[in-house]
Amino acid sequence: MRLARNKTPGPRRRAGAHEGRPAEFVLAGLASLSLVALGLICLFLVKDALPLFADYPAGGFFAGREWQPVSTNVRFGLIPLLTGSLVVALGAGLIAVPLAIGVALFVSEVAPRWVRELLKPAMELLAAIPSVVYGFFGLVVLSRWLQSAFGLNSGLNALNGSVLLAVMALPTMVTLSEDALRAVPQSYRNASLAMGASRLETMLHVTLPAARSGIAAAVMLGIGRVVGETMTVLMVTGNASQITFLLFDSVRTMTATVAAEMAETAWGSLHYHALFAIGLTLFAITFAINALADVMLRKKVS
Amino acid sequence: MARQVGSQASMLGKVVWVCLLLALVVVVAVGGLAGCRPRTTTTLVIRGSDTMVNLAAAWAESFMAANQDVQVSVQGGGSSTGFAALIDGSTDLANASRPIKDSERQALQAKGKTPVEFTVAYDAVTMIVNSTNTVGSLTLAQLSDILTGKVTNWKAVGGPDRGITVYSRESSSGTYAFVQETVMGTADFASSARLMPSSESILQAVAQDKTGIGYVGLGYVSSSVSALGVAKEAGATPVLPAVTTVLDKSYPISRALYIYSAGDPSALGMSFIEFCVSPVGGRLAEEVGFVPTK
Repeated sequence: MRLARNKTPGPRRRAGAHEGRPAEFVLAGLASLSLVALGLICLFLVKDALPLFADYPAGGFFAGREWQPVSTNVRFGLIPLLTGSLVVALGAGLIAVPLAIGVALFVSEVAPRWVRELLKPAMELLAAIPSVVYGFFGLVVLSRWLQSAFGLNSGLNALNGSVLLAVMALPTMVTLSEDALRAVPQSYRNASLAMGASRLETMLHVTLPAARSGIAAAVMLGIGRVVGETMTVLMVTGNASQITFLLFDSVRTMTATVAAEMAETAWGSLHYHALFAIGLTLFAITFAINALADVMLRKKVS
Repeated sequence: MARQVGSQASMLGKVVWVCLLLALVVVVAVGGLAGCRPRTTTTLVIRGSDTMVNLAAAWAESFMAANQDVQVSVQGGGSSTGFAALIDGSTDLANASRPIKDSERQALQAKGKTPVEFTVAYDAVTMIVNSTNTVGSLTLAQLSDILTGKVTNWKAVGGPDRGITVYSRESSSGTYAFVQETVMGTADFASSARLMPSSESILQAVAQDKTGIGYVGLGYVSSSVSALGVAKEAGATPVLPAVTTVLDKSYPISRALYIYSAGDPSALGMSFIEFCVSPVGGRLAEEVGFVPTK
């Protein structure tokens, strides 16, 4: 008796599959809308950013060290804004990563079920708080606290932004790190425990390294999210366009620059195009971070 | 059996949702209708200067109380925003804390309209410092050095030995442009100057920062900070900002506040402007902290 091949009914071969076709097309159409939207946004950004370079040297923009858009000597230098975004995002990463990995380890390896049920919704709530509320908190409460705790002249600096952004990045990082940790096969842990390692040693030396590409992806995605954060940093970083790497100094991020200055500029002016060029740069950076995270996610432990 | 129960539950769910949505629509509609003014409403849209926004709002309220069938909508965003809106036709009148720039005038003329300017009040920009700062007055030259970042310690201008932190408005603000022109000439603010989104935030920041110096409109000063006297040059008597010193032009950092229209204003716009410069409007301006035209 020959086994019939290719005759087993798959999902598409069920009776009545044909009447599902129009629905499939509609759904596919809706899904492709997001691709179309992405493409159009890209096009729109490029179309309004490129005219800058007709009247202003690209070198002056990408390597310029001063951002003075309203002046008798107008300068559109991206570097202070780039370093501003970088300092705040990396500061946030420094604070959030150890915390996120710790929480993820706790939730996936150690915590009893009822603690997990409590922590997960709490994490999600953190992500649901609007960024302007974080900004308000930073402006009114955190700045005063930072001022008195560190003896600073002002609490509106990169550190303020970093702390708030770390809290905003935490839910993303924790959820994805937790997924990565769960994906580590139980056999790894069992083998380690069988060889006499304690639970802590197993967590730190076996499970964590095994999940490292997933955790790295989680970190990148969390940072990618906060690089694009606008309202919070606009309210708490002080917006001084200076090149500095000290967390106690005031910085100006790319996002805050666009948000603060867009309202003023007349359509089609050089400043308008410069702001779009910043937007394009931001888009490229976030795209690169997400692409990198995606690559890392694919390199999962086999 | 379970399937039937499931669809019954979802049917109930659907009914609940539809009812909630209907309730929402009804509430919004009723609320909207209740807040509506009579159907013969004409609207006057005014946009522009943040310095003038409280003043314009006070004028608008009083004007609407006296003219029941008129709706006046006032928005801030900065003088530049107001001019941009005038150019693209999205506002009837533009509030401005600075005169129109040549480039803006040309953009308006390119659309076939000439800007018409009305002076509706005067304002002084007050330089404020923290209340613990011993410096009571500065010359324009000293102020310029501080704001451009040339001088970075208070002791260089006779104050305590502390660093200086400059708090400024964003570059879209008319007040920013005015201070830059009047105090610094063509120089730019220091790149370490913190750009705050509003006069209130500058006030709050300077009140908390003992090294701080900032600038706000006369209408925004409060007792939490100290106002500096300003002298035109070294050796001149420093003048504190006040209604009298603005009107007699002895205070160096004062300016006129304008309302602009593209071409001649409409009848409604004109009657609003006349109201602003009337004695009633002048009294309102004083209450808000500005200086009336007379």
